[in-house]
Amino acid sequence: MNKHQIIGSRQKRVDALGKVTGAAKYAADYNIPFQLYGAVKYAEYPHAIIKKIVTAEAEKLAGVTTVLTCKDVPGKNHFGLIPNIRILADDRTRYLGDVVAIVAAENIKTANQAVEMIQIEYEELPAVFDPEEALKPNAVKLYDEGNQIVHHKVRKGNITEGFRQADFIIENKFTTQAIEHAYLEPEAALAMPDEHDGFKIIGCMQNFYTSHKVIAGALDKPLSKVQIIQSTMGGSFGGKDESATLVAVRAALLAQKTGRPVKMVNSREDSFIQSYKRHPYKMYYKWGCKKDGTIAAMEMKIIADGGAYCSMSPFVTWRSVVQATGPYYCANVKTDVYAAYTNNNFTGAMRGFGSPQVNFAIESMMDELAEKVGKSPLEIRLQNGFEQNAVTATGQKLDHYVSLKDVLQTSANESSFETCWKENKSKQKIGKKIVRGIGLACAYRGVSLGAEGVDAPSSIVYVQPDGSVSLASGIIDMGQGARTAMAQIAAEVLGLPLTRVHFQEPDSGRVADSGATVASRGTIMGGGAMKIAAENVRKIMENTAREKFKLSKGDIVFKNENIFIRKNKSEKKICSFDTLVEACYQAGRPLFASGVRNIAVTSWDEETGQGNAYFTFVYGTNIAEVEVDLASGKVNVTRFLSTHDVGKAVNKSMVEGQIYGGVAMGMGYGVMENFIQESGKAKTINFDEYYIPTALDMPKMKSIIVENEDKFGPFGAKSIGEPALEIAAPAIANAIYNATGKRIYNLPANLEEILLGRKLRRDVERGSVSCKIEV
Amino acid sequence: MKINLTVNHKNYSLQINSDLLLVDLLRDHIGLTGTKKGCEIGECGACTVIMNGKTVNSCLVLAVQADGAEITTIEGVANNGDLHPVQQAFLEHDAVHCGFCTPGMVLSAINLLNHNPNPTEFEIREAIAGNLCRCTGYQQIVEAIQSAADKSK
Repeated sequence: MNKHQIIGSRQKRVDALGKVTGAAKYAADYNIPFQLYGAVKYAEYPHAIIKKIVTAEAEKLAGVTTVLTCKDVPGKNHFGLIPNIRILADDRTRYLGDVVAIVAAENIKTANQAVEMIQIEYEELPAVFDPEEALKPNAVKLYDEGNQIVHHKVRKGNITEGFRQADFIIENKFTTQAIEHAYLEPEAALAMPDEHDGFKIIGCMQNFYTSHKVIAGALDKPLSKVQIIQSTMGGSFGGKDESATLVAVRAALLAQKTGRPVKMVNSREDSFIQSYKRHPYKMYYKWGCKKDGTIAAMEMKIIADGGAYCSMSPFVTWRSVVQATGPYYCANVKTDVYAAYTNNNFTGAMRGFGSPQVNFAIESMMDELAEKVGKSPLEIRLQNGFEQNAVTATGQKLDHYVSLKDVLQTSANESSFETCWKENKSKQKIGKKIVRGIGLACAYRGVSLGAEGVDAPSSIVYVQPDGSVSLASGIIDMGQGARTAMAQIAAEVLGLPLTRVHFQEPDSGRVADSGATVASRGTIMGGGAMKIAAENVRKIMENTAREKFKLSKGDIVFKNENIFIRKNKSEKKICSFDTLVEACYQAGRPLFASGVRNIAVTSWDEETGQGNAYFTFVYGTNIAEVEVDLASGKVNVTRFLSTHDVGKAVNKSMVEGQIYGGVAMGMGYGVMENFIQESGKAKTINFDEYYIPTALDMPKMKSIIVENEDKFGPFGAKSIGEPALEIAAPAIANAIYNATGKRIYNLPANLEEILLGRKLRRDVERGSVSCKIEV
Repeated sequence: MKINLTVNHKNYSLQINSDLLLVDLLRDHIGLTGTKKGCEIGECGACTVIMNGKTVNSCLVLAVQADGAEITTIEGVANNGDLHPVQQAFLEHDAVHCGFCTPGMVLSAINLLNHNPNPTEFEIREAIAGNLCRCTGYQQIVEAIQSAADKSK
């Protein structure tokens, strides 16, 4: 029986009506009279010193209002974790998505025409496109400090001793590719001066508190003079942090200079060229294993391509170093993860955030180990997988409910994994056109930011005098369903139907800086803050009820829009919710409260890589079935099962939606998606060449939601956004092995990878003819 | 030049440039921003509208080609506030996530059901294969369309 009224049920999304009728307004849908249109001038070399920028001719063009370069930025032109992202390129260009100048004009055609008239003199510098090359001592430096962004370590036990104990070694190199977030809505912003010497910016920023600081910093205004209004967002997946901030801040600079509203909308090509991607990884995995199937030593060296700017590289690679062993016992571990600057597109946050890469390596290694010792993929994981109170590679004891083996066993039973796997394995492959396989992958994942930094979001609940409820949160909805989850949490606490609760658009002045909506922390952290805010309002109401109705003993219960008193297990109605609201306002007690959630129980030692990295973890298992066409190399995913322990599903439909969407994105990563750059030039800049899965590519999926409530989550809820994606690719890669007997070492497992075991190079410009075959 | 067209049962007579695209006419000239721009090369389907009984990518249609045409956009799907069964099904099956693909997706689904009231799952997937969605993995969308078809039987 569901002990809750609204939590755990399948509620309709609170914001879906406007989206299904076309009423929902996304950033590019906003227009304001007398607005100007912004356009950007891109760098012409991936690495060059900017000698001179001549804008005179462009400025003279009829309809052009202004042209700005870095010299025109009144405040800070740099931002980021290590503040080296340039709003407008200054000393040099470092990738081809750098913007050297921006134009505002009466219409977009004129703005684009003016961009063509800007003349730039460069001194071309040698460039570096490979992160391993970039880390060599004689490499071309992007910054004076050198090309190494970060080096994270984990040291546990003694790997020399571990390898000595080993019966055999498995050693492999894995590579993963850059991929595009491919949110359907390209970045856009509308910036306008307000009537009080400040600015208002409407945009689709995932991390609008950062955007707020960057824009105020660039305009040289206090935060209070800059208002950010979050429009309905058309997807983000980690992608609309710095990329969307760049669009918004450039629009704001043009608005400041011209004194007029400025609209800046990225085309899809702009979005591909400018935006950051998922980090490509090179991973060297070396495991010392024993004949019984256990692992005595793990040594991992990982190099991430950080591209031109730091962005989130230190945090992305930190998650990789924490999770690089997977959820498996090993007494002796040495992990080194590096991120390096190159002249490629910068790389940053993307759903998964450093886990999809290592999970591909770990889960491939695990299957190889199983084969070497004659066990099944399930057996080897059940043998090595974490159990209750296991101690991780970082020395953290897992004292929450560890459900790894539950999700593994449940998935295997549901899909008849063992039988299918054995059957496919024993089948004759030679001479066949289509072969079938099944593959398994599992993972554990640290929830929220962990020891990355401050993790304390806020929320506000306002019960209005008529009894309707307004909510605001520092956590934003980019399509994942935060508005609905938040509304459900507040409605549950106040005993109201969801129709009474209205979620307001986030605004930089409304709710205290809550950090970014990232790291699958929306529900567990932001929802936690919402629960506290609602409980704070309820306390005011409870106190008023006790006074007004002279209730000293018994619990006050909020249910079905009424207030009850519970004594000795029997409930008696006191009054309606609305009556109590009226009483509160008459008593001079407005029903407005905020809530902050802060779980500060993490720790980390940079030198040893030891500490309690995350306050809790989630566990998941994916099982993929594939058909591989041995003539073409085409992989068709035919069936998919995804099992996740989410703590508590606030809304089952939305959890399923996250799972299905995560699988689709993980499948794209596994078999088709590849953001290709050659000498820094992006070759795949729209959906004609950058493929994401269509409805015909996706199999019918099945999801299993496992619920082991966590003490830190609101109503026990943990996370699902990123877990949903992070093990799809290795499950598919392992299924391909089961089908073909060929292991995939390089993602994506596209046609050439399947047939040739490597990627083909393209030597043509975008379009028509594709690749030169060098067989 | 001047063109006449019907959008959501309303007649428009507009003076336009010959290089104007239908998607820009809808969004910028008559304020129907429910039609989205996602790629502008006819790959993503976010700008899908129904034109003379067929779905088109409005980013690939010149406004002049729509002279005399009858067009339905997402804003014209509900009837006096009553949602179309496909819209209703999208709400019930949680088929709307970020919502950016939803207008095009709903119109492709409606057009399918107009021509084929009993589609198979494959036919549904085929009908929306030109509408990219990055959020849902399409499963709840397919279920919604199937259920709208079942209910109208």
